[in-house]
Amino acid sequence: MEEERSFSDICGGRLALQRRYYSPSCREFCLSCPRLSLRSLTAVTCTVWLAAYGLFTLCENSMILSAAIFITLLGLLGYLHFVKIDQETLLIIDSLGIQMTSSYASGKESTTFIEMGKVKDVVINEAIYMQKVIYYLCILLKDPVEPHGISQVVPVFQSSKPRLDCLIEVYRSCQEILAHQKTTSTSP
Amino acid sequence: MVLKAFFPTCCASADSGLLVGRWVPEQSSAVVLAVVHFPFIPIQVKELLAQVQQSSQVGVAVLGTWCHCRQEPEESLGHFLEGLGAVFPHEPWLQLCRERGSKFWSCKATHRQAPATPGAASEDQVMLIFYDQRKVLLSQLHPPAALPDRQAGDATASTGGLAAVFDTVARSELLFHSDRFDERPVRLSHWQSEGVEASILVELAKRASGPVCLLLACLLSLVSAAGACRVFKLWPLSFLGSKLSTCEQLRHRLEHLTLVFSTQKAKDPTERMRKANTLISVLLDVALGLALLSWLHGKNRIGQLADALVPVADHVAEELQHLLQWLMGAPAGLKMNRALDQVLGRFFLYHIHLWISYIHLMSPFIERILWHVGLSACLGLTVALSILSDIIALLTFHIYCFYVYGARLYCLKVYGLSSLWRLFRGKKWNVLRQRVDSCSYDLDQLFIGTLLFTVLVFLLPTTALYYLVFTLLRLLVVAVQGLIRLLVDLVNSLPLYSLGLRLCRPYRLAAGVKFRVLEHQAGRPLRLLMQINPLPFSRVVDTYRLPSCGCHPKHSWGSLCRKLFFGELIYPWRQREDKQD
Repeated sequence: MEEERSFSDICGGRLALQRRYYSPSCREFCLSCPRLSLRSLTAVTCTVWLAAYGLFTLCENSMILSAAIFITLLGLLGYLHFVKIDQETLLIIDSLGIQMTSSYASGKESTTFIEMGKVKDVVINEAIYMQKVIYYLCILLKDPVEPHGISQVVPVFQSSKPRLDCLIEVYRSCQEILAHQKTTSTSP
Repeated sequence: MVLKAFFPTCCASADSGLLVGRWVPEQSSAVVLAVVHFPFIPIQVKELLAQVQQSSQVGVAVLGTWCHCRQEPEESLGHFLEGLGAVFPHEPWLQLCRERGSKFWSCKATHRQAPATPGAASEDQVMLIFYDQRKVLLSQLHPPAALPDRQAGDATASTGGLAAVFDTVARSELLFHSDRFDERPVRLSHWQSEGVEASILVELAKRASGPVCLLLACLLSLVSAAGACRVFKLWPLSFLGSKLSTCEQLRHRLEHLTLVFSTQKAKDPTERMRKANTLISVLLDVALGLALLSWLHGKNRIGQLADALVPVADHVAEELQHLLQWLMGAPAGLKMNRALDQVLGRFFLYHIHLWISYIHLMSPFIERILWHVGLSACLGLTVALSILSDIIALLTFHIYCFYVYGARLYCLKVYGLSSLWRLFRGKKWNVLRQRVDSCSYDLDQLFIGTLLFTVLVFLLPTTALYYLVFTLLRLLVVAVQGLIRLLVDLVNSLPLYSLGLRLCRPYRLAAGVKFRVLEHQAGRPLRLLMQINPLPFSRVVDTYRLPSCGCHPKHSWGSLCRKLFFGELIYPWRQREDKQD
């Protein structure tokens, strides 16, 4: 079962949340961030090239212009491969674990999988981010030493940063699965 | 809990038969290792499983049945398979079925015994997880979960569900030794059933490595015994040996080689990796050294270098002389104390004069020395770089001497000043209590003390300036030596074999797993594909980095500045074994 809805992130940009319910024990949430806009790309390129042209008129060395072209190309490739995240996915499988995938604009995917035995709970937390107070969804991991302690807090959807309404939906679905998992794990 | 069935992708097209594997009750997961085909005799199957269980300490058992209907579904086969449940009792009994032409499987898990709590279903939901058996067998999880050792048995192997899966597959190698061309009584299907994988080169290397390692280990023990003999412990050889970075690097390399060619087998994968990394690092070092050697000895470059060396040393000495003349005049417009200035300046100038005559004395022999020293590059690029660093240290020895003189003088002055300043205020340093106490001085003590204090204060700019200039020069030389040392450390400690493995066979170094949901149909069990998530490059370098010489800067920036201010001598690249000054 697939559903798509549109939300907004903390800066007001548009996000698309795609929900897939594969089975009662397996759900996937896919948040798509706004793509790289042509306007900002053109603006950055123009600034860099104007600055390089200004230096060129001062120094009369044509190496500056080719260096500026190289820098722009390399910078764009690096940005697309290491910085710009297009999609963030959360896959939660009952009694197996939670998997978070970030897909970059160049196609690179980076995945983290947390086993269900380590997951204590999924909560919505508040944080101070620059000059704002935002909500974010995070996974609490169990402390192996102390049964009631928390060893780590893993934030989810870090680069898309959706607002509270989107987070509440994801939170409710996750809690259904976690509750189901807790009841079945206690029974023999 | 949902029952998870880990199924190898290689068995997805196998004929019908029995599922053989391990059941992990804590995770409610069944790890299928192989499929036993018809016809078989149950006694022989049980014997094989007992054999595997004894050798690998893994509780291998018959988990259920696998039905691959290539033609129309047969009713008799279905009943026959259900009857097998009585022959091989296992709780729960898994029944996987795949129809011809359909991607979706049907799975059933039945409990034969009555459930303890009334109302609970006797059938469980099943989730199918496909895994690549070969990759899971060869991969190594980082960080390795604290799995029990082989003697403990498999009852407690539930630290992390997925680590148990990896462990099960890795330990059951005996099960994968037979292929379908063997005339064995039991026919199995697994990743090696099309033919056991082996490589002639690897086998030959394994056979040859025994005697080769023995021979090289003997040679290396001879060399290290020669190096440890009493002659080298006497002064001045021991002093030289501890100061020169070449000796340190040679000792380090000898340690590495002894590790690589030791006749003991590596106990665990980490040791094996370290051996492989060390070997590749040594080979790369020697290769780069030979390349450097061939470059140096071609086109008479050594002669050119030797010809350029003496003029460069002369030039440096001349520049120093100019610097001292400048200091003896009015440097940067400051007014120096004439007498002290002249004394210090002439002292240092005489020193430089001695140095220049020494260099000129050595100049006929320089080319021959360089030629022989260049030969040492065949021992490795790191040795050549260490020798370069030592040559720089020797050539700038006069700068080092000047720095020591300037620092000692300045240090003396600063301590004198601080003590006399306390006297001026009527205080004294109490050595017993390690604090400043008040003290009543006599009048003549106060008078002399104040006089000396004024003298020292007015002489301070002169000594401070000399100290500053020579400290900067010394720091420059130390920075150059430090860069060379950094390069040597890089070649020494970079784990090239691990990086190459991560590049070419990323499944060998696993940081974890990742799942992909395969095509799903409502009413059918969920199918997932488990893939290996490789370790990121930064973690590979961190985990497998070889230990370097250990000559890292001992001081933080703060303590370095403090030492500079008080005129204490600094040795930023001090070796660990040296005594503190």
